[in-house]
Amino acid sequence: MYRYDEFDSDFVAARVAEFRDQVERRLSGELSEDEFKPLRLMNGVYLQLHAYMLRVAIPYGTLNSRQMRMLGHIADKYDKGYGHFTTRQNIQFNWPKLTDIPDILEELATVEMHAIQSSGNCIRNVTADHFAGVARDEIADPRVYAEILRQWSSIHPEFIFLPRKFKIAITGAEHDRAAIQVHDIGLQLKKNEAGEIGFAVHVGGGQGRTPMIAKLVRDFLPEEDLLAYVEAILRVYNLYGRRDNKYKARIKILVHETGIDVLRKDIEAEFERIRDGALNLPKADIEAIDAHFAQPDWADLPDDSSELEVARRDNPAFARWLANNTREHKAPGHAIVTISLKPAGGPPGDATARQMEVIADLAERYSHDELRISHEQNVILPHVEKRNLKAVYDALAAEHLAPANAGLITDIIACPGLDYCALANARSIPIAQRLSERFADPAREEEIGELKIKISGCINACGHHHVGHIGILGVDRKGEEFYQITLGGSADEATSIGEIVGKGFSTDEIVDAVGKVVDAYLVHRHSKDETFLEAYRRLGQEPFKEALYG
Amino acid sequence: MKIITANRLSDGAVVYLAAEGWLTEITHAAVLNAHDAIEAGLAAAARAVANREIVDTAAIDVTVEDKGPVPVRLRERIRAFGPTIAFGETARAALAA
Ligand code: SF4
Repeated sequence: MYRYDEFDSDFVAARVAEFRDQVERRLSGELSEDEFKPLRLMNGVYLQLHAYMLRVAIPYGTLNSRQMRMLGHIADKYDKGYGHFTTRQNIQFNWPKLTDIPDILEELATVEMHAIQSSGNCIRNVTADHFAGVARDEIADPRVYAEILRQWSSIHPEFIFLPRKFKIAITGAEHDRAAIQVHDIGLQLKKNEAGEIGFAVHVGGGQGRTPMIAKLVRDFLPEEDLLAYVEAILRVYNLYGRRDNKYKARIKILVHETGIDVLRKDIEAEFERIRDGALNLPKADIEAIDAHFAQPDWADLPDDSSELEVARRDNPAFARWLANNTREHKAPGHAIVTISLKPAGGPPGDATARQMEVIADLAERYSHDELRISHEQNVILPHVEKRNLKAVYDALAAEHLAPANAGLITDIIACPGLDYCALANARSIPIAQRLSERFADPAREEEIGELKIKISGCINACGHHHVGHIGILGVDRKGEEFYQITLGGSADEATSIGEIVGKGFSTDEIVDAVGKVVDAYLVHRHSKDETFLEAYRRLGQEPFKEALYG
Repeated sequence: MKIITANRLSDGAVVYLAAEGWLTEITHAAVLNAHDAIEAGLAAAARAVANREIVDTAAIDVTVEDKGPVPVRLRERIRAFGPTIAFGETARAALAA
């Protein structure tokens, strides 16, 4: 796995010292809040409803057991014993004292972690497929390119004060697990006819107030041109992006207002100008970074494990967990495990210090010391030998970490909402909790099949409601919380933005309303093989509208 | 009826203007009625901001109940009484129950 080089560690150490000085100057009155705010935001520090919040970067969602243990330690020592994994593959601590944050950052730096690029109008941490490096359908490991982009974009002087924040996502396979089409730039690794590696480049996607699906700007970009092309896009955006209106400043608005064909010409012209310059990526550089993500030494195993089969037969709860929470791994005899942070009635994406410790131990013992955070707010053990799956399951179950619901209706994404967030209009977490209790019966949940519910507490859409099969958006109606339902959203290779189905529902009504949508699906689907999304795309809104308002 | 609230600079804690200064318990908050009293409260807040005690000040509407002032807006009730959900070890223990 990639290790920060000397440059990174010197740079991070300098940033921590600088921030310590800034905090001291703020407390001594040398800096006003107006002066200090942009500085704290550059270090991931927000002021929320109850306290400061620190957002720690987990670049492309990859971390090792030492790092996970450190997150648990921070939660325990400086916070209230837990952290919240976000849809940006980051972790947020909800209660740190400003005066402790320099110490927290210093402790994080000891395990090569920091909070840089986790806020502000810069290029944010690049996100990637959480099954990177292990998925059977993968063309190449997207983290290699995410890391190249990280090195290029960290403190890039030209792109520190962009018109708005800028998000890049990469997926390594045709099946998009990184929601690339709702990012400012979405990259999909692919091979051309000659078998060379490159990218399909999408630009101008996003959620928030004005959700947009990215447009394909280039069908095949050779890998050595990655930085030159991304820089060309950023330059065109920096030049034309609107700085006069916060709500129109994202690149999606530029793409929408200018049109992709016009922008493509500008991007390609800039690209031609710089493509053979310093940004050209030599093969040797790609290979050097690739080596840091070298595959671990997987044991040579038969694909089937007789121990596993016996355990599966004898234990229905384990069998269910296997079916829903494990996926095929590149190496025979191995599996990818999703640790669901979505217990029935629990706050989605939260993990306690102790749970982080247990997860770190399991990674160390059973997963070549590797972990991933998914944008669906779960944790991944990427390399578990099949013969060890029962031991892993037992250890997880003892800590309430084994809900067998990955990809099912109770695997809900929810943003922090009005329980924590200063920008929120309505609460998200209690709605997720009530929904997960409502659908907790495993038999019913499996009967419903794949169904993604995503909840945001305001139009900023951190909970990805626009791309939920069922999306729920919290709004404030005359001081009361209301919830708008959207249907038919999706964030995979066939991305779609959910459509508002009708008037909103009160806090009391919303869970029953979702129940009615699900019942309508069960009545109208052709068979169990037709997923909710497929049925919605075939049927349109009518039967669901009828169920909700008829 | 209004009270004056802010976040404490050093740790971000929610605080309220009370006779004794800036306190974390809303029950102690000074309830202000008259326009002049509210203006005076906001002036005290501005001084505390300049003194680096607090940030993000606001005068918020409350009703007065048996236990003291209760904010009218849900957002302010959540600031005053904490998240409406169990979190951390408490949330985990609830799952075990
Ligand atoms: S969607 Fe809104 S309420 Fe939810 S975390 Fe983002 S800004 Fe806060």
